Amino acid sequence: MKAVCWMGKREMEVQEVDDPTILNPGDAIVRITSTAICGSDLHLYNGYMPTMEKGDIMGHEFMGEVVETGPNVKKLKVGDRVVVPFTISCGGCAHCARQQWSLCDNSNPNAWMAEKLMGYSPAGLFGYSHLTGGYAGGQAQYARVPYADHGPLVVENDLSDDKLLFLTDIFPTGYMAAENCDIKPGRTIVAVWGCGPVGQFAIRSAILLGAEKVIAIDSVPERLAMAEAAGAITIEDNEDVLEKLRDLTGGRGPDAAIDAVGMEAHGSAYDHVKQTLKLETDRPYALRQAMRAVRKGGVLSIPGVYGGFLDKVPFGAVFNKGVTIKMGQTHVQRYLKPLLDLIEEGKIDPSFVITHRVPLTRAAEMYETFVEKRDGCIKVVLDPAA
Amino acid sequence: METTPGTSGQTIAQPAREPSRITVPGNRGVKVVRSCTIRRPAADLYQFWRSLENLVQVIKHPVTITRISDTESHWVVSAPGDKSVEWDAAIINDEPNELIAWRSKEGADIANAGTVRFEPAPGDEGTEVRVQLEYDAPGGKFAALLAKLTGEEPEQQVAETLRRFKALMESGEIPTTEGQSAGGAQAKKRREERLQRQRRIAS
Repeated sequence: MKAVCWMGKREMEVQEVDDPTILNPGDAIVRITSTAICGSDLHLYNGYMPTMEKGDIMGHEFMGEVVETGPNVKKLKVGDRVVVPFTISCGGCAHCARQQWSLCDNSNPNAWMAEKLMGYSPAGLFGYSHLTGGYAGGQAQYARVPYADHGPLVVENDLSDDKLLFLTDIFPTGYMAAENCDIKPGRTIVAVWGCGPVGQFAIRSAILLGAEKVIAIDSVPERLAMAEAAGAITIEDNEDVLEKLRDLTGGRGPDAAIDAVGMEAHGSAYDHVKQTLKLETDRPYALRQAMRAVRKGGVLSIPGVYGGFLDKVPFGAVFNKGVTIKMGQTHVQRYLKPLLDLIEEGKIDPSFVITHRVPLTRAAEMYETFVEKRDGCIKVVLDPAA
Repeated sequence: METTPGTSGQTIAQPAREPSRITVPGNRGVKVVRSCTIRRPAADLYQFWRSLENLVQVIKHPVTITRISDTESHWVVSAPGDKSVEWDAAIINDEPNELIAWRSKEGADIANAGTVRFEPAPGDEGTEVRVQLEYDAPGGKFAALLAKLTGEEPEQQVAETLRRFKALMESGEIPTTEGQSAGGAQAKKRREERLQRQRRIAS
């Protein structure tokens, strides 16, 4: 089959590799009908996530058709159309039982590696470095899906892939970020740093949850325009963001701040240098701003991915303002059904975010287009069959 | 001290809550202690562990365990260069659903002793499983030798064994990517892994 392989920093290649096979009794094999490049894939592309190996198959946003099931699979059958969460979860541990799917105890075969860094290991993830399992990802024509009874959502409607694909990650991720803001309808003001795909879904989710006002911060005009189209007030990040936010909130500051940027924020030369020199693993520019901007007693919600160590984080600001911080990889399985309902009810059409549709074979060049935000690129969907 | 193998439900030689007595002679061993919590009743976990042959499923390093009697077993751990390390082990304390203790018998290549305890965890967490293992360490060099033989530190081996035990008991399988598809430099290695795995399943 064809698969997008990480071959080094800023080096992606579409290669011919072996088709996946069932390796464990709970596995299924999915023939992929649609797959996407996620903003978080860019952290791997840019070489900021450790433990990538040459030849690793990328991708964690994919859906398709079940073509084979292992002997222990009960709920899925060949021919089922499925949306596959990016979090790999066993379904049997205490965290899965609590719906904390991204904290699964058992799905990371390299748990020892993650334990060395973090104390305890989070769940395995598709195509997201060996630290989180080294699982082959879904930017390919087929994928092996472990614990097939505890992840994939079977879709029985006839909605297009474009409307369903983002249930795999960015829609639940944006939604969980908004849910974490403890939004009181008609009262809560939410500010969102980063209008990439996750930011876009966070903005729309906050509005769906009844936020009084959503303020979006970014530097890319087409991303701000997309946020505005959803009903957000926008701030360009070359403006005095804190001052603007104060002004838009009657001097109180936003009740909730969402950092949908993560470890590779632009805007700070200091962080660029330190990250390049490996003195700092992440560039937390948006996070620092959000920490200062958020209202006293407010919530800071972080869907943006952080990998390691942060420098000059104004911890005193969030401590002294009594801010609640909520974060983590998304518990995707928790959101699949409720968000599918929202799509089916027509409350949201996730395909709004797609700017590029190309054959899988053109993935390498699309990584470059996406990372450079060229050609108005916000979200790339790859067609494995084309 | 001579110990007679105990049978199920029959406690002999030592009181159950005194792990210091279950030890290698002279107490000069390397000691490893590791705990984990498994979301299953103690009885299920105890039963799995009590059939010692089951342990080959959760010990990552290649090992064969042959049952000699209800309480005795023969262990062969492979080492690089077609070498192996062998010993006979006897269960010396057995408290159903609570504790199993074992010790290698005279003539072992590696004198070793250990216990596994199963205790209810708070709330609905399941069962706390605590493994304590001691290896003989003549001249204090034994741990290093064993690590060299098997390529892994004893602490890591115990941690990995417990992790795999937990995964198998909670989800019915042990997570793996061995033999999965990959491109570039890994493609050949992965293909070999896959062939090995298929051979293992076939045999």
